[in-house]
Amino acid sequence: MLEVKNLTFKVNENGIERSIVKNISFHVDDGEMLVITGPNGGGKSTLAKVLMGIEDADEGQIILDGEDITSYDINHRANAGIGFAFQQPPRFKGMTVSRLLSLAAGRELKESECCGLLSRVGLCAQEYIKREVDSTLSGGEMKRLEIATVLAKHHKLCIFDEPEAGIDLWSFSMLIQQFEKIHSRKEESLILISHQERIIRMADRIMVIEDGKIGAVGPKEEILPQLLDKGDSCACMNRE
Amino acid sequence: MPELLDKITEKILKQIDEKGFKQKGAFNLRHNGIALCHGDSEHIKIKKKEDKPGIDIFIDGETRGEQVHIPVVVDASGMKDEVYNDFYIAEGADVTIVAGCGIHNSGCNESRHDGIHSFHVGRGANVRYEEKHYGEGEGTGAKVLNPVTKIYLDEDAVFTLDTAQIKGVDSTVRKTDVEMGANSKLYVVEKLMTHDNQMAQSDMEVRMNGEGSSAQIVSRSVAKGESKQVFHPKAVGNTKCHAHVQCDSIIMEHAEVSSIPEINARHLDAAIIHEAAIGRINDEQLIKLRTLGMTEEEAEGIIIDNFLN
Repeated sequence: MLEVKNLTFKVNENGIERSIVKNISFHVDDGEMLVITGPNGGGKSTLAKVLMGIEDADEGQIILDGEDITSYDINHRANAGIGFAFQQPPRFKGMTVSRLLSLAAGRELKESECCGLLSRVGLCAQEYIKREVDSTLSGGEMKRLEIATVLAKHHKLCIFDEPEAGIDLWSFSMLIQQFEKIHSRKEESLILISHQERIIRMADRIMVIEDGKIGAVGPKEEILPQLLDKGDSCACMNRE
Repeated sequence: MPELLDKITEKILKQIDEKGFKQKGAFNLRHNGIALCHGDSEHIKIKKKEDKPGIDIFIDGETRGEQVHIPVVVDASGMKDEVYNDFYIAEGADVTIVAGCGIHNSGCNESRHDGIHSFHVGRGANVRYEEKHYGEGEGTGAKVLNPVTKIYLDEDAVFTLDTAQIKGVDSTVRKTDVEMGANSKLYVVEKLMTHDNQMAQSDMEVRMNGEGSSAQIVSRSVAKGESKQVFHPKAVGNTKCHAHVQCDSIIMEHAEVSSIPEINARHLDAAIIHEAAIGRINDEQLIKLRTLGMTEEEAEGIIIDNFLN
């Protein structure tokens, strides 16, 4: 279980301090899927980075399975059981897809295991395992590979920052299936940052972040109608 | 009977000959300026030069997928070894040549090896040439390697030049000169890492003289510490041809890298491209690997290893 207490993150812009994440508290239960949504620039991705330790919180506490990980750096949080998929994953010249997946798994993967992971994110495995993770891969391919790096290992908590961005419709459907599968097993907690209605509909609970604060949080049945009621005027959700 | 090799030589051979040096088939091990052992195969004959230090290697046209190993080991401090090796690869041959030099210097004098290799590659032959350079030893004497590689490609010949200098060489000036015939193909992969106060310079000139010739040159380097690197690849298109030159360097700490690609088209249908990039290790790459559980140091090592892979 993840517990976040009074989390605040500030930046200093030309000598002026500005809070991006403002005194946020929430929790994610074991096996629960929490979808975070909200308007662009509201602080969702920053919150995710603070949870992973990529950005340091100025105030507050992060507790994973009873362990206070607030002072842990990125790799210690990863080893404590947090997986993270970037919105814009980096490229690695000279590194093959299979090597990256092995690094993500924390052990040397067999070719068949790499193929299995790639198939789960809609990449035709044989074409990719020996390719380099460089500019020859498209943005969508990079994104799917990034998700595969998180699927390569069991985590207590997986954070996906806009997994749908840059992915074609067919692959998006496959990803939805993957998230549903992980969710149904109830072995890993999931935080998905998304604007996509199909993803939001999968949530157990929805949290809306606006201007660095929690605008609303609650069960899907309670929050989703509010989002839908806003209709086209809702800046945070892409309707299908 | 195979020659018994001492531990230092065995260790260096493991570093410079990844395919594994064996005293079988065609081979020649040069140790402190003399041929310690050598062997021929049915299709590859090695002859000692009469007029200067070095060997002539004759690879006949029936050679198919065979390897020839010609490593050099220098472990006498103060040794200055110069060698001329000429390769004659007959029409249609298919061969892998594994060279490389390792210096172990436990003294205070400079140890140096200058290897001047020339390759005369016949029509339609396919040659892969691997050359790895390595230095070690607890002494204060410098370890210096200055390779010169001259390649003459006949029509339809294919030459792959795979060079690596990964560790321990204090100073190197590499010169590579290539003449290309019609429809010949050249692939160059150059990998280099320097550290401390090391210096490395690589000058390369590829002249595409034959119509339809093509060259692909990829250079990847990492400069650490106070080291300095200079790259000067030059591609000259004298006819209808195609070339792509790519130099990528990672710079760390107080190192210095100069990349000076030069392309020279002397024909309307010469298509030559160059790309050069120098930069530090990308923070996003480090962070991504750290989210996989690695420390910053581990992530840095993996990025460098793969970049030079």
